[in-house]
Amino acid sequence: MAVPVDSLAKPPPASSTLRFAFGNVLAFFILLLIGVLAFSIRLFSVIKYESVIHEFDPYFNYRVTQFLTKNGIYDFWNWFDDRTWYPLGRVIGGTVYPGLTLTAGTIWKVLQSLNIPLSVETVCVFTAPVFSAFAAWAAYLLTKEVKGTGAGLTAAVLLAMVPSYISRSVAGSYDNEAVAIFALIFTFYLYVKTLNTGSLFYATLNSIAYFYMVCSWGGYTFIINLIPMHVLLCIVTGRYSSRLYIAYAPLVVLGTLLAALVPVVGFNAVMTSEHFASFLVFIVIHVVALAYYIKGILSPKMFKVAATLVVSVGLVVGCAVVAVLVAVVASSPTKGWSGRSLSLLDPTYASKYIPIIASVSEHQPPTWPSYFMDLNVLAFLVPAGIIACFSPLSDASSFVILYLVMSVYFSGVMVRLMLVLAPAACIMSGIALSEAFDVFTRSIKFYITNLSESLQIDAGDAVPGNGVSPQNDVLKNDKKEDTLKERPSRKNKKKEKETIEKPSVKSKAEKKPLVLPVEASFFALFLTVLLGGFYVVHSVWAAAEAYSAPSIVLTSHSHDGLHVFDDFREAYAWLSHNTEVDDKVASWWDYGYQTTAMANRTVIVDNNTWNNTHIATVGTAMSSPEKAAWEIFNSLDVKYVLVVFGGLVGYPSDDINKFLWMVRIGGGVFPHIKEPDYLRDGQYRIDSQATPTMLNSLMYKLSYFRFVETDGGKGYDRVRRTEIGKKHFKLTHFEEVFTTHHWMVRIYKLKPQKNRIRGKTKKSKSKTSSTTPRSGTTKKNPWH
Amino acid sequence: MRGLFTKIHICLTSQSSKSQHCSVPIQTSRTLKMAKISIATVFIALISLLLTLTHSFSTENPTDRRILVLLDDLALKSSHSIFFNSLQSRGFELDFKLSDDPKIALQRYGQYLYDGLILFSPTTERFGGSLDVAAVLDFVDSGKDLIVAADASASDLIRSIAAECGVDFDEDPSAVVIDHGSYAVSGTEGDHTLIAADDFIKSDVLLGSTKIEAPVLFKGIGHSLNPANSLVLKVLSASPSAYSANPKSKLSTPPSLSGSSISLVSVVQARNNARAVFSGSLDLFSNKFFKSPVQKAGSSNKYAKSGNEQFVTELSKWVFHERGHLKAVNVKHHRVGETDEPAIYRINDDLEYSVEIYEWSGSSWEPYVANDVQVQFYMMSPYVLKTMSTDKKGLYHASFKVPDVYGVFQFKVEYQRLGYTSLSLAKQIPVRPFRHNEYERFIPTAFPYYGASFSTMAAFFIFSFVYLYSK
Repeated sequence: MAVPVDSLAKPPPASSTLRFAFGNVLAFFILLLIGVLAFSIRLFSVIKYESVIHEFDPYFNYRVTQFLTKNGIYDFWNWFDDRTWYPLGRVIGGTVYPGLTLTAGTIWKVLQSLNIPLSVETVCVFTAPVFSAFAAWAAYLLTKEVKGTGAGLTAAVLLAMVPSYISRSVAGSYDNEAVAIFALIFTFYLYVKTLNTGSLFYATLNSIAYFYMVCSWGGYTFIINLIPMHVLLCIVTGRYSSRLYIAYAPLVVLGTLLAALVPVVGFNAVMTSEHFASFLVFIVIHVVALAYYIKGILSPKMFKVAATLVVSVGLVVGCAVVAVLVAVVASSPTKGWSGRSLSLLDPTYASKYIPIIASVSEHQPPTWPSYFMDLNVLAFLVPAGIIACFSPLSDASSFVILYLVMSVYFSGVMVRLMLVLAPAACIMSGIALSEAFDVFTRSIKFYITNLSESLQIDAGDAVPGNGVSPQNDVLKNDKKEDTLKERPSRKNKKKEKETIEKPSVKSKAEKKPLVLPVEASFFALFLTVLLGGFYVVHSVWAAAEAYSAPSIVLTSHSHDGLHVFDDFREAYAWLSHNTEVDDKVASWWDYGYQTTAMANRTVIVDNNTWNNTHIATVGTAMSSPEKAAWEIFNSLDVKYVLVVFGGLVGYPSDDINKFLWMVRIGGGVFPHIKEPDYLRDGQYRIDSQATPTMLNSLMYKLSYFRFVETDGGKGYDRVRRTEIGKKHFKLTHFEEVFTTHHWMVRIYKLKPQKNRIRGKTKKSKSKTSSTTPRSGTTKKNPWH
Repeated sequence: MRGLFTKIHICLTSQSSKSQHCSVPIQTSRTLKMAKISIATVFIALISLLLTLTHSFSTENPTDRRILVLLDDLALKSSHSIFFNSLQSRGFELDFKLSDDPKIALQRYGQYLYDGLILFSPTTERFGGSLDVAAVLDFVDSGKDLIVAADASASDLIRSIAAECGVDFDEDPSAVVIDHGSYAVSGTEGDHTLIAADDFIKSDVLLGSTKIEAPVLFKGIGHSLNPANSLVLKVLSASPSAYSANPKSKLSTPPSLSGSSISLVSVVQARNNARAVFSGSLDLFSNKFFKSPVQKAGSSNKYAKSGNEQFVTELSKWVFHERGHLKAVNVKHHRVGETDEPAIYRINDDLEYSVEIYEWSGSSWEPYVANDVQVQFYMMSPYVLKTMSTDKKGLYHASFKVPDVYGVFQFKVEYQRLGYTSLSLAKQIPVRPFRHNEYERFIPTAFPYYGASFSTMAAFFIFSFVYLYSK
């Protein structure tokens, strides 16, 4: 079998030492520029909007980082947060992946000690762009291990501006994924490096990188399943070597120990099914290692006898162990898997059983266009990259192929995991592009060489043997950098071609057009560059237009110019200035993190959806009629209720559009809430055909209260594109206290219980009813 | 400017809604704390502090002082003089006005001029001045007290005030309470509309500790209460043989109100502890009834003086907060062995909770003594419910262990007793789990594991040594 030889290990010919050094320097500067590119392409959000934290989860991370910088690591570790999930509270230290927070906190501390007085917010905003530069470099290292420097540099460029990754790492997108993707690629790099070198040093580094990944993101389970899978693949295909053992065994032992140190993982590192694959393969690799060892010391005949004995005994023991394992796992209700992981294996699992997972848009399966949006030309280049990886197949390239295949599957299950696919696609495309450039430039060079040396007829046969090294000495091609990049890989190739008896089909196909017209090569080269150009244009467009909106500030272009919708911050500022510090604000969980971070008020539920019952309680309240809702909220000491309403300006992701999920989640725990009650013939509508239950629900009332006043009695909802069903109604248990400029956020206050209980007289009713709600004057929206 | 105005406006409404609950001392400390926390809220805090100070007059001194009496006819002033004199002798300033006096005003410049209102004007259809039903109800909703006496010809105005407070007078305008069973025996055989009622509510707080021996003379209309309404109480009920009908006409249909479900005198204590008395009879308060001897039909006991004076006096003491008004101050909690109040407890901490409860005696705060005051340690449901022990000097005290559950708890005292103002104290306190270094470092049950680890390390070391250096 072909053993890949590390190109750097071979001493280069003396004549090209200078060129080699020059190439290294050039590569270094190219990498530097790639880092700058990766960083600066993510600054559109700061330039177009402002330096703010984006979206929902980043606000929580920002708040945690602030706490860390203020109180230190031990208080962070033991932080019991009494401002969220009232009245349950949340143990932040034990339920959060601390990697991102610690990273940003450390950066801030280092900057402070260097007397660079950046605010915590600034550090948080720019953490993601900085780490995307790191990720690009890590991609370079990984691809270099697989296919050499040229492919590495190409992959790094591609990764620096792949839209999928940009969407999660623009400046301000301060989320776990920002650092986790770097950690993921770097861990893979160290694994492949260990695999190539067999060095225990890199194996230890690999465990530490894995530890960092565990700290950063729940996606670490991808690593701890992918690597065992690759190990198993190598063993099955007969590629077992001591390097494989060194790459794997320390990772499992050290990695598991280190992972168990992270509070949020803890005993999960050895208790949950996600980690079982690694232990199983750990056993298998030892058995295989033992078999190879015994094979070494026994004669072939003896070995055969021993093998039969061991296999038959081992089979029995193995069956027993598996039976016990299955019984243990089957006895737990979720079969030992967490809901999110289960939905990865069975894509329909979440929508069937766990509405709270299915309700999150990033947990939905992606649509086809999103592949083209997020990967663009990479989607076409990936197959070429796979073919290039098969010629020849090494341990490293088989790992990359496996990584790609697995991530393609996972990205098809959950749109969020497109992020894991993106690096794999970049690496594959980098390899493909690099190989293509390699072939085209070589053929051009070969043509020029032939021209200059006037050797025409024999060229076709001489290619594999001697066509390469003389060229390098003689020619100063205009594509100097390409040549330099190609050097190690070409050397590899030459070596491989000598060891492999037959060149693969593809390399044969490559060789043939080599002598074919040089125009074809030029044309193909031009097309490839054009392809890359399209990719760059698309990526910059995606970074500038599609993925830079912070989603707390919205803009829209219309015929009379740019409109800015800053309603969210307006509402949160109102809350923080006009309510008491201990007041509780209820809203759907999407806005929990923002409310705690920006308004500094206690919330009932937030984006860390750890307690389904609590969320269902809020969902039930929102789906109930006013009085029942008032009672639920009052029992939770809620003072204010916040709803997001887009009907006036046409903001589609408002609470009415999320309402069915509230009904479903609420109904999952409290069965008196039934989804069909809210649907007319299976259709969700809020117009005059809507069901009475729908029109009497709190969410409808809070959203459309006084809505009819905005357009002179029509009540036309611009999101649902219909007139609302119930236009004139009064609120008896809630009063409107604040509505933002564009009506996007509406805040209501729970009325206190009536001071007196009225008698039953009918006669005086008409006379006195107007006087009974004492706070009649406060009902008016003060801003309109 | 608009924004500023809104801020004040909202602050005012939140303040007024808040002051409807009791426990102003806690509120003051909270507003003080709030002012410390944020400079931005200093403005709001100052205003609420001001409001609290103006309110504090009435909280520290809950007995009413200035009372507006509205009369149909100034002759009532002399015909009911015993009642009025007893009030004046207890230190109340009475301001008599005709009910249609155009100068009637309950408040001036947003401040109430009176602490109490007596409506002895059953026939008035419209009040003079700015007073109307809504103004009277606002008066009650701001914590002031009210006595309403209706009569056989009670006007819609009086009826609607009563109805808004949960008291439903008989809708038939000509109906009065008739009792052929327990009428007051008099010289002439009348139509039995003068009733001798002795079915009092059993409450020392409402009617004083001395038992009212003589029956109370009553002549007027009855009313009914919604049994689901927890804020109204029947103080004087009619006997089972009573019914409400027009005495002059023949009874053709069954009376709408009958038996002991008829209430003659009721009291209301609103959620903000404002108190009100509704009586179906104005004569109940009159000198004539106060002094007249009484003998209940079918009973041989003859009393020289009716129970009216005692009944009315005791009831007026209650309604004007001379009795049954509680306040809770000095809510304290701390760990056992410490004195400072912690910002957060840990699970399984031992803590002590104490509160001082006083009752207003009309002139001073006296310690309130009871054995049924309970404290809850509450998070969605009470995790601890404990009866507090008292030192008979007003201090209530309990000590307990924080449950093994973390979360945001509340110390809650919900004390609602018949006739007393309701006490509802809540104080939020978070409870955290153990810190990482508060667990035991080495536990004996894990010694086998420690042994396993260290022996493996030692064995590996020896093995490496032997493997590397043997031969």
